[in-house]
Amino acid sequence: MLTVQYFARFREELGTSREQLPMEGFESVECVLKHLSERGDNWARILGDGQQVQIAVNQDMARRHTPIKAGDEVAFFPPVTGG
Amino acid sequence: MFEQIRVQTDDFDLSHEVKALREGHKDIGAVVSFVGTVRDVNDHADVAVLELEHYPGMTEKALENIRQKAHQRWPLQNSLIIHRVGEMRPCDQIVLVAVASRHREAAFEGAHFIMDFLKTHAPFWKKETLPDGTTRWVDARLSDDEAKKKWLKASENA
Repeated sequence: MLTVQYFARFREELGTSREQLPMEGFESVECVLKHLSERGDNWARILGDGQQVQIAVNQDMARRHTPIKAGDEVAFFPPVTGG
Repeated sequence: MFEQIRVQTDDFDLSHEVKALREGHKDIGAVVSFVGTVRDVNDHADVAVLELEHYPGMTEKALENIRQKAHQRWPLQNSLIIHRVGEMRPCDQIVLVAVASRHREAAFEGAHFIMDFLKTHAPFWKKETLPDGTTRWVDARLSDDEAKKKWLKASENA
């Protein structure tokens, strides 16, 4: 399984903060994004191609091509605005 | 024990924190501190409440990583990052970065570096509530990303 988390505007607009996904041949973050955006509506609008999505894998900043494995914690969120 | 990374809802006291930062270090000759505060106006609208969301676990890890990078780059005796989360109002303090070194250049640059990376690498998000009750998420600023890049260039030239 894969734990996926959403924060800030993504969490609000997707209506969920956390979910578990079975590992369906996800080799990289890109595969997960593709899978999620196929849900359509807000999922496609927020996580689809060309959208500004920041990524963390196991709580480190990551990229679309970052590899993932079962048990990983993946997070998607808009650009950060702290400070 | 002096915790160098703190993510908290409570406010902080600058004098108290700088005193604690210097304690036990007789070789410190310079302390630079930065305090970020909540403005009452942002993007042409009055702000009544500012809410800070974060990614528990990753936040602390990201801040410690930024702090370590500053220590690798400059000879720093000690450093501190406090970032508040939850609900805040105009004039409230949000963030404190304090850096201590033997000489002022390292302290100035170290504090500047930590703030620039905190703005772009630490998972915090601001949400504003306007006086009429409507809310909006604050957009990231391109200038923050540019500010961070100057440190990357400086590092390539070194």
